[in-house]
Amino acid sequence: MKQVSLEMGSGGRLMQEFIKEKLLPVFKNRYLNALHDSALLPGGLALTTDSYTVDPIFFPGGDIGTLCVNGTVNDLVVSGARPEYLSLALIIEEGLELATLEKILLSIRKTASRNRVSIVTGDTKVVPRGQADRIYINTAGVGHLVGCPEPEKVRPGDKILVTGPVGEHGLAIMLARNNFRLSSRVRSDCGPLLFLLPLWKKGVLWMRDITRGGLATVLSELAEKVGYPLLVEEESIPFSRALRGAVEILGIDPLYLACEGRALMVVKESEAKRVLNFLKRQAASREAAIIGEVQDKIGRKGEALLRTSSGGLRLLEPLTSELLPRIC
Amino acid sequence: MARKKPSRELLSDWRSGPTIRSLLKAISVETGTIGRPLRIMEVCGTHTMTLHRSGLKPLLREAGVAMVSGPGCPVCITPDYYHEAIIDLVTSRKNILVGTFGDMTRVPTARGSLQTTVPAPGSEIRIVYSPEEALELAVKNPEKEVIFFGAGFETTIPAIAFTVKRAAAENLKNFSLLAALWLIPPALQAILESGEVAIDGFIYPGHVSVIIGQKAYRFVPEKFGVPGAIAGFEPADVLLGILSVARQIRLGRPEVANEYRRVVQAEGNPRALALMEEMLEPYEADWRGLGRIKRSGLRLKPRFLELDAVRKFNLQLRPAKPLKLGCRCGEVLKGLIEPVDCPLFGRSCDPEHPRGPCMVSYEGACLIEYKYSSGGRKQ
Repeated sequence: MKQVSLEMGSGGRLMQEFIKEKLLPVFKNRYLNALHDSALLPGGLALTTDSYTVDPIFFPGGDIGTLCVNGTVNDLVVSGARPEYLSLALIIEEGLELATLEKILLSIRKTASRNRVSIVTGDTKVVPRGQADRIYINTAGVGHLVGCPEPEKVRPGDKILVTGPVGEHGLAIMLARNNFRLSSRVRSDCGPLLFLLPLWKKGVLWMRDITRGGLATVLSELAEKVGYPLLVEEESIPFSRALRGAVEILGIDPLYLACEGRALMVVKESEAKRVLNFLKRQAASREAAIIGEVQDKIGRKGEALLRTSSGGLRLLEPLTSELLPRIC
Repeated sequence: MARKKPSRELLSDWRSGPTIRSLLKAISVETGTIGRPLRIMEVCGTHTMTLHRSGLKPLLREAGVAMVSGPGCPVCITPDYYHEAIIDLVTSRKNILVGTFGDMTRVPTARGSLQTTVPAPGSEIRIVYSPEEALELAVKNPEKEVIFFGAGFETTIPAIAFTVKRAAAENLKNFSLLAALWLIPPALQAILESGEVAIDGFIYPGHVSVIIGQKAYRFVPEKFGVPGAIAGFEPADVLLGILSVARQIRLGRPEVANEYRRVVQAEGNPRALALMEEMLEPYEADWRGLGRIKRSGLRLKPRFLELDAVRKFNLQLRPAKPLKLGCRCGEVLKGLIEPVDCPLFGRSCDPEHPRGPCMVSYEGACLIEYKYSSGGRKQ
């Protein structure tokens, strides 16, 4: 008997397979088939949706409320759209403390106004105790396109940038569950990427928010898309000190840890410095860095390679098995 | 040259490009003098991981050293029938709660894996992060029979033994252990005695050595004339170990070198060893791929009968027919072939659809090769 496995929703390769083999054939149309972070609709409109099941619902650096707004807003931004309106659907388990719900709603309001989006429609369902875990949230967002991803224009020499230290959301959630009994100063990077919008006019060819599957998974998807190998320098990837310590103790590869407020982008070689300077002037991306470039000398088409700090080369595969469900 | 200020980062010096380059240079000088390439077995899966994660394997090959993976992954060498016995139990009996490490749940067998098994009502298979956590499950669920299915080498065995000792002291009636506990030195002896694979030297596992110390490997140089070094898990650690082995070969003076002195002591950890001695006894265990090896496994001593899941539930630990047609995990574990030599590797066997345990475990040679490797081959 074949059953749905957790890995099918992990953001890794099994999920990609599921989407391509099970979902696309059923619903195929030209908007869905593109498999962008958002659907790009007639009239320069972008539409996206996401469900949030994070456990625990409050974690260092954020909560399910900040997450459900930022996540959807960020999907629009990396698709080239300015987010305008959101829907909000709540699925609540009977017995959730009202004060908890109010706290979440407040953080939704705060995050929405920070992102200059309005919640314009919604839905509330309450299910009997045990049939959901406290609260799940779905949001959808629409916005108008201000830029356009052009992965087909990527050329060797173009630079790969990240907007800040990676992996903190995934680690913060992992530690918040306390299975490892390790305390750390790591906080989730959950935050809006709205400030990246102007970059679409400054030489950015492609953007993706780094979520489930982490930096390595996003890079390997990018490599498949652009038709050139990518080479990233381990030494250039920003990690916070607290994260470095914790992943060593836990034996986790930080390249596979999720973020909720960081993006990876490919920038034209000639514009890379300017884009980096722009990012370094923003509070949320002060630690942005150029981590690598599009290659035509090392590696093969479709490969994302990492030059390790030891000087060796290693292939970056997309995430395969996820031991930590419900991080967002 | 100006000396660099000592780094505040504890680990960066053990990984930095300049350190690694000078170690590789020193190794290639040794192999140059010896005049032939060396074949060295890294016994431990975590070393395999270090080599691949840091991209060192191709660089070592250029320096004249081919690394061969050994049997050092407890998930990989635990035979299928352990899993099948647990699957039989949880599907046929109510209120059994099995706690085990994450990797163990994904190992494929003829009856599926622990993950795909649908347990009987009230029964459950749960991932735990430590043996202690399983013990807590037993305290919290007095109505259930909690079994800790623990696989491990000397590194993990003391913690498991300690947990059982606590269960005995607290007189916990609903806790028991299915022990898949394996000892490294007898396995090395079996590999050397079989003579199937020509090995110039060993990189001994760092964590196992913390417990058993240097002396446990003394028979390797003394009886077989094969050099070896205990090494840590940073890239420079492993290279120091390899350099030591190469030097021993050049000088014709095989020994058990300790290149992990910041952690490993010659005598090991006497308290941990005493605890193992107190709770467990050696027996002729059956390793996947390696077969039966004398005194290579540990099981609970007879006086802890009530805490032994095999006896408590009359588990049938019997070899079933070999099932995975074509899976060559056994030969991979012995270092006879590389993962890529297996006809299933990367074709019908990958991390999402593993056909054998080496593609499941984070310390499994096949999974590690699959995840990290093709990047090493330059165009």
